[in-house]
Amino acid sequence: MRELSSRPPANWRSRPFVYRLEGSRCVVCGHFHPYKRLVCRRCGSKRLDQDKLPSTGRLVNYTVVTQAQQGFENNTPHIVGWVEMDDGTQLIGHITDCEPEELKPGTVLEPVVRRIRVDGEAKLIVYGVKFKPVV
Amino acid sequence: MKAFLCGGAVLKVDEHWDKSLPNLLAEAGLKALDSSGISYVDHVYVANVYGEVLQEQANLGSLLAEELGLRGVAASRVEAGGASGLAAVYAGCLAVSSGLANAVLVVGAEKMSDGTVEEAVSLLTMEERQDYVGYLGVSQLAEAALLYKEYVKRYRISNDDVAYFPVISHENSSTAPHAQYQFKISLETVINSPYVAEPLHRLETTSPSDGAAAILIVSQELARRVKEPKCLLTGIGSASDLMTAFDREDPLEMRGLADAGKRALEMAGIKASDVDFLELHDPYSILAPLSLEALGIAEKGQACLQARKGRFSLSGEKPINTFGGLKGRGYPVGASGVYAVVEAFMQLTDNASKNQVPGADVGLVESLSGLGSYAGVAVLERMR
Repeated sequence: MRELSSRPPANWRSRPFVYRLEGSRCVVCGHFHPYKRLVCRRCGSKRLDQDKLPSTGRLVNYTVVTQAQQGFENNTPHIVGWVEMDDGTQLIGHITDCEPEELKPGTVLEPVVRRIRVDGEAKLIVYGVKFKPVV
Repeated sequence: MKAFLCGGAVLKVDEHWDKSLPNLLAEAGLKALDSSGISYVDHVYVANVYGEVLQEQANLGSLLAEELGLRGVAASRVEAGGASGLAAVYAGCLAVSSGLANAVLVVGAEKMSDGTVEEAVSLLTMEERQDYVGYLGVSQLAEAALLYKEYVKRYRISNDDVAYFPVISHENSSTAPHAQYQFKISLETVINSPYVAEPLHRLETTSPSDGAAAILIVSQELARRVKEPKCLLTGIGSASDLMTAFDREDPLEMRGLADAGKRALEMAGIKASDVDFLELHDPYSILAPLSLEALGIAEKGQACLQARKGRFSLSGEKPINTFGGLKGRGYPVGASGVYAVVEAFMQLTDNASKNQVPGADVGLVESLSGLGSYAGVAVLERMR
């Protein structure tokens, strides 16, 4: 598809959320959204402030994925977890730096930036947030 | 709402190596036109999701019009992920009920065999947000597994109870000539198949495949002149929900589907309990109980236990997936909603042969995009 050029790759625009877990929080109902939003998806309010998610959360549950999707052939099996951040925001993402046996509902996790995949044709290395147990 | 359906046509779901996407579209479209005796329509709608990615083909409406010799007809494509087929039927109903069109041809077609299995997993994940779930490498398959785990935990049932739904689907597809998988499977086979994302086994998921289905939606005036078989579409509803299930107040609650179901049933003037059979959207086994519960067919947490008691089997009180649904008939993604509508049409016109639900007068068709981010529901009834 598109070769890298002076234009930034589409991934570049994603960095506030996928590197730093930044987004918009509704002033009215408190719901957090990834990225900048104009309208709260829960309550419809247009009063949103920029915010950042807390730096720890807890595991709700997880699955070990054995069927790879494209770009993850070399990274499967992998663990995908459902994480509740300390402010109550629910997130899903890869769990890293541990074996599935070390995890259970309630395990305390922290976000870390890791390599997600290598993008097909441009061979761009895509980084983003994963979660690891706090030791 | 009273739209008339005629000319229902399905191709066998398969890996059609020798047929292109235009071939599939044309074959199903022509079959529908020929069997209804209609030679011209006001609009053709194509339901398709991945033509742009897998075949690098956009503008499928005009392509189909050309293939069918319908040069000049209004033509466009409708895309709403896995629910594209039902969204196209919805668009057709809008056109006919507004008086803008007398006859609309809806053709759903998808050709997944141009991609690999890994690509298919990624393609299905395109229904999810690419700036979040897709970016972070979470497949829809993994999300379905997380919902499955939560469901089993909350309602204190076993994984085997959820894994029973594919058994029902294959039971029905074993005698369906247009189904991809014309054989039965046992619960043991399902739970002994490898995990794709535990607790989800391979045989609790679909393998996206090739297929096309078509149906005509016509006005009351024109319906008098078209050939049998015909049936009625008396209710239709659509609703969206938040894109990611885990962003909803309760990830196990498909509010969009509940709303779409309510709208369709209210329009038809019936209750969920009046429905004789249902065609569900269950690319992952867990979506079957979640759907039945959102539609008010089963109480929360009860659907799996009722399934094991036979309530949803072909001979049961509320048969589901009468030709095998997504699991047994196969999952040509964008076409699946049209398949389900034609299957209900076949039931209501006594053309279901070995899969006939005796005395079926009212059928409900459900179609979803993603894990409920868009839902379409249609109520079809027998002509009296």
